[in-house]
Amino acid sequence: MLYFIEQCLNGIQLGMLLFLLAAGLTLIFGIMDLVNLAHGSLYMIGAYFAATFAAWTGSFIAGAALALGATLLVGMALEVVAIRRLYGRDHLDHVLGTFGLILFFNELVRLIWGPAGMTLSLPSQMLSAVQVLPGVYYPAYRLVIIATTLVVALLLYILVMRTRIGMLIRAGASNREMVGALGINIKLLYTLVFGLGAALAGFAGLMQAPILTVQIGMGENILILAFVVIIIGGIGSIRGAFVASIIVGLIDTIGRAFIPDILRLFLSTNAASSLGPSLSSMMIYMLMAAILVFRPEGLFPAASK
Amino acid sequence: MTAWFNARNAFVAALLAALALLPLYCSMTGNYFPMSLFTRILVLAMAAVSLNLIMGFGGMVSFGHAAYLGIGGYVVGILAKEGIGSGLVQWPLAIAMSGLFALGVGALCLRTRGVYFIMITLAFAQMVYYVAIGLDRYGGDDGLTIYKRSTFGGVIDVSNNIVFYYLCFALLLATVYLVWRIVNSRFGLVIQGARSNDRRMRAIGFPTFRYKLTCFVIAGMICGLAGALLATHTNFISPAMMHWTRSGDLIVMVVMGGMGSVVGPVIGAIVLLLLEEALPPLIAVFTSVIAGHEVIGAREYWQLILGPMLLLIVLYARGGIDGLLASVRRG
Repeated sequence: MLYFIEQCLNGIQLGMLLFLLAAGLTLIFGIMDLVNLAHGSLYMIGAYFAATFAAWTGSFIAGAALALGATLLVGMALEVVAIRRLYGRDHLDHVLGTFGLILFFNELVRLIWGPAGMTLSLPSQMLSAVQVLPGVYYPAYRLVIIATTLVVALLLYILVMRTRIGMLIRAGASNREMVGALGINIKLLYTLVFGLGAALAGFAGLMQAPILTVQIGMGENILILAFVVIIIGGIGSIRGAFVASIIVGLIDTIGRAFIPDILRLFLSTNAASSLGPSLSSMMIYMLMAAILVFRPEGLFPAASK
Repeated sequence: MTAWFNARNAFVAALLAALALLPLYCSMTGNYFPMSLFTRILVLAMAAVSLNLIMGFGGMVSFGHAAYLGIGGYVVGILAKEGIGSGLVQWPLAIAMSGLFALGVGALCLRTRGVYFIMITLAFAQMVYYVAIGLDRYGGDDGLTIYKRSTFGGVIDVSNNIVFYYLCFALLLATVYLVWRIVNSRFGLVIQGARSNDRRMRAIGFPTFRYKLTCFVIAGMICGLAGALLATHTNFISPAMMHWTRSGDLIVMVVMGGMGSVVGPVIGAIVLLLLEEALPPLIAVFTSVIAGHEVIGAREYWQLILGPMLLLIVLYARGGIDGLLASVRRG
């Protein structure tokens, strides 16, 4: 039971991370109608920046803050140089162009930081474990991830639903020309939104950096998971992304933890241990397939379109 | 009707002749590396041609086409390990399993359109990738060596690399011919009609879902055969065969060569894979001219060139190479 609670917390933590990525993806897709495969590269860059700046300043917090700003700038520069030219084109063009960007960023990171990965160490007070329930200890840092992401989610909600700039973003999503005709600089708005998405991805990367090794290509597998999240949640819906992130995070983590044991009840140990890993990695895709059968538009389809 | 003799057709004919004569050249010079490289190119060209059938003609942008390469390869590898060495069992089963997977995935994906389709095909391919990693008995992450190539009752000896090259060449030609016939048939016209306006096709009475699903399965089966050939060529299977970047490479081949042209993907496959070979030494030459000495390790960074190149192709050369050749003719 204690193990189960711990795995649930792990699942929620993975879900929070997925949410940061998926929110950026779905925001960029919902507003600019752009499929951005290079989102995982921004996640990677955020992690590399955090590791570099933290080593440079000697403080994890300062490093993280600098990395966040740097990723925002990289995202906005990327939008101005390349992404801007892809708006209004075919989705295939987006896929191909941003696929090219992934190759570019992977090599660029290798050129700058070298092929070996980096590590980012945490301040000592975050290394300890906290007693979350009687008898259940959980690493403090993972709780920090969950809490900060929840705060970010709330801020994002307030930004999009309660501020003037959020109003413009939503207006831009439903009718680009009209917003432009009313004298809003829609190009700048798009650059800002892309930068915001990049910052969210970079934030996910830098939060994850102390747990995993910072390495080239780290953003790619988690990006595909984030795709699964937004398919389940409904493309363009931030609320859907939030719910689906937690579902996917929980199912993936709990599946990996318990399916081999459950199989052992029915099958021989040998068969279970060879089938378990395959089956548990299939879980979320089966969930996705089921969602597609019953609700092809996702759990929370975006209202427009 | 356009004239048969034009720049593009002359180019394609010259290309085919060069491909046919390559083993001769290799056996004369004794350097068999080009033949091995081109066997790989022919096999991946076959996969790209099959992707073009659904993507270029059907408008179904599949970002998971490498999964069929993997499935085809794993069928051959697993059967070889379990002691079934006959290619007459292995290869048809590879085609059948790929077709089955395509049927399942297609039935789900084709319920959606556009960007959903792209992401879902990608996600299912990733699922197969993880399943392959989980197959401990068949090497898991490290992959599995195939110790004995398939046998064909003594009729075709695929262990002979020249025979295998010509087999791949013949199968590629057969695939191109098949796709050409499909595209120009009534079935192919329905598929192309569904690409440009699905709703109208349904309104005039075509159950486009069934047509598109059939097309999706055919493409999957062709690619499954390519997977079997790829495994035979390398004598090795591993999850890396179906890494998602491989699916991206296949899309690049199709778009680079020219979408919606039957031979375009073949040209695209040749160009992309030759670029992969040629860019590293080119970079080495280029940097040594600038720096005055060979820059150690510079040749490793060829993707730094390839990535932006893809972006430029997307932005400025949508017809691909075949489109450029065709525009030469128009003047």
